[in-house]
Amino acid sequence: MSPTITTSSEANGNVSAATARAAARAAVEAEKTGPQTITLAKALNTAMADAMHADESVLVFGEDVGMLGGVFRITDGLTKTFGTSRCFDTPLAESGIVGMAVGMAMNGMRPVIEMQFDAFAYPAFEQIVSHVAKMHNRTKGTVKLPMVIRVPYAGGIGGVEHHCDSSEAYYAHTAGLKVFTPATVADGYRMLREAIDSDDPVMFMEPKKLYWSKDLVDLDALRDEHTANTERGTSSEGRAAVARPGTDATLIAYGPSVPTALAAAAAAAEEGRSLEVIDVRSIVPFDDETVCASVRKTGRAVVIAEAHGFASVASEIVARVQERCFHHLAAPIRRVTGFDVPYPAPKLEHFYLPGVDRILDAVDDLQWED
Amino acid sequence: MTISADHAAQQPATAEPGAAPAARHASQQAGSQHTEQQDPASEAVRKFGITVEDYMLPARHQIQMVGPDGTLHPHTEQGTQPGHEYTLPGEAELLAAYEQLVVGRRVNDQNSALVRQGRMAVYPSSHGQEACQVAAALCLADGDWLFPTYRDSVAVMARGVDPVQTMTLFRGDWHGGYDPSKHKVGIQCTPLTTQLLHGVGVAHAAKLRGEDTVVLAMCGDGATSEGDFHEALNFAAVFHLPVVFFVQNNQYAISVPLAHQSVAPSLAHKAVGYGMAGERVDGNDVVALLAVLGRAVKLAREGSGPLLVEAHTYRMQAHTNADDATRYRQDSEVAEWVAKDPLSRMTTYLTDRGLLDDGLAARIADKAEAVATQLREGLSEEVPVEPQDLFKYVFSTPTPQLKEQSAMLADELARDAASTAAASTAKGSGK
Repeated sequence: MSPTITTSSEANGNVSAATARAAARAAVEAEKTGPQTITLAKALNTAMADAMHADESVLVFGEDVGMLGGVFRITDGLTKTFGTSRCFDTPLAESGIVGMAVGMAMNGMRPVIEMQFDAFAYPAFEQIVSHVAKMHNRTKGTVKLPMVIRVPYAGGIGGVEHHCDSSEAYYAHTAGLKVFTPATVADGYRMLREAIDSDDPVMFMEPKKLYWSKDLVDLDALRDEHTANTERGTSSEGRAAVARPGTDATLIAYGPSVPTALAAAAAAAEEGRSLEVIDVRSIVPFDDETVCASVRKTGRAVVIAEAHGFASVASEIVARVQERCFHHLAAPIRRVTGFDVPYPAPKLEHFYLPGVDRILDAVDDLQWED
Repeated sequence: MTISADHAAQQPATAEPGAAPAARHASQQAGSQHTEQQDPASEAVRKFGITVEDYMLPARHQIQMVGPDGTLHPHTEQGTQPGHEYTLPGEAELLAAYEQLVVGRRVNDQNSALVRQGRMAVYPSSHGQEACQVAAALCLADGDWLFPTYRDSVAVMARGVDPVQTMTLFRGDWHGGYDPSKHKVGIQCTPLTTQLLHGVGVAHAAKLRGEDTVVLAMCGDGATSEGDFHEALNFAAVFHLPVVFFVQNNQYAISVPLAHQSVAPSLAHKAVGYGMAGERVDGNDVVALLAVLGRAVKLAREGSGPLLVEAHTYRMQAHTNADDATRYRQDSEVAEWVAKDPLSRMTTYLTDRGLLDDGLAARIADKAEAVATQLREGLSEEVPVEPQDLFKYVFSTPTPQLKEQSAMLADELARDAASTAAASTAKGSGK
């Protein structure tokens, strides 16, 4: 049985739906700790703590993740709770962090490592592409690398250069890496637990502008769901989610662009147009089934991503949907992405980032007159 | 599994050398189940009255026990000095090493011949470096790990990996042919120096679990220019891990001589920059190699943290069969190194000591020939490749996309087979 995946986020202007759903859940599970309003940061932190409690081979390390708790505080308190053998700072060297994690994973550990920022992961590129991604294949499966590389990524926080890259395409293009990106608080918990459970390496792309987004979630319910999935051998891994149902066109988004797409759908609804929003969640493996079912139903689609459009994940999604849904399409699939320029300085980033207006312009172009 | 509470990085060393051991001692107690040892640098300071720098810097001369003519140097002329003391390996160890040297030379020459005959795609030969290969494998205990480069096939075999499985990478059947976990030998690595960090990680995991595991991680002289060399040595030192970094300085990185890689007094001198001990050894003297690597492994096992050993040797043949060494080095230089050959000097030394006679030499030669035969036969055998293996090992569970691509290839192959069958039927019926 497949688990039910729901997504919601207060940051997306969809507060009432999220609140209603959470309230309904709260009524059902009143005897438990119950729903709490927490941030994505807290959800990720809780996922790591729970995984470390459950399995002593789970280790967390990286730059500033120990005493400081990470520059985004995602590893806050883990050293205090688990000691410096389980959560520790390393020398400042990304290739070293990833390369050492490879060896530790070869020797029975499940490292969860943090790259401090997207663009600071590039010194580790050789280790990721040549070893993390390929070890299982070149050893015919005798060496598994159960490791998670957490990457705070993308923009929208007014960061200076090299702090806002959308680097997911580099990893998605590399065979042997799973690439996950949560867009909601609940998925932050759910997907990080699944990434840590994975026997294959996972690039875990965390939209840093959503770290402080809040939602009402029931952590106990998420824990129970994780336990049940583990027992049944099911999970939400590799599944996209319908973040908002609609009938007229499909907005396909992931990570930081999901709240933007939901805001666009809310605005379109006021103009009488019903947009369905798909949260891709897992870039690798990609859920063709859910995405294509939506596009076949609506007949129109716009793909939204912060990364540059050229040779991007958005381009791949357009190609896949076009190959599979051609006869259901009423209009060419549009992309709304970052421009093909280096990520801009803070005062210019709002021109670059896909926003509600740009998305709605693309929706308007979907040949409605035909 | 029990992971002890607090021990990640070492305490920062204090300005006073005398204060450092206490910090390290406390840190090790928390993190390791080893019997506590005095920090070797402090021990050297106390015992020999030398400075920490003199302990970490290599001895003034490389360690050489048996000269190129096969004569054992007097102890005072082996390059040792206080804090850099080495003992002569025992007879059984020397004879075991000699046997592996003979086998290693035969393996190198057999594999080069197989490449010339077109039965193997490529072979980076370690001809001339066999003493390093053999000592790297023999200095380790069963539970230890070896991380080899692409040129270290002889070391991999000396560690007990099947010769034909070792050559899988170079025959082109797959990227690796043995199970690294089973043999505790990392997959032979073609990107330079990346494997040192994997060795560091294996040692770190073992240390966290309190296991008695030493890692010997190999690289070449050119590889010391790579960033991962620096990161690996620094990580191993900061986390105080039992890793012996073993650099085979064979003078060339393909065509580029050492002088273009580094102007350090020696590669072993780099150790002091990381806070570990370094040593230089004659890489064609297997006796000295066994002594130096043996002591390094022992110190690492006892809690000294990592060490760096540089072996001075020479790549007698081109980088691979695709390379032309005459474009960048003189025959006269090669001839100089022929006179320093690791195998002939050991034959002379053991014969003069009365440990090797014609009968034993013949038995060892037979063993080497058996391995060569195994390689010839194994590599002549046509092993069918399985196209579906392309998809089988990318992930533990194939993605839907890989399942689609796998089905597509299967369909292509089925149609090819059907049209081949139809063509032969048509031919058979005379149409």
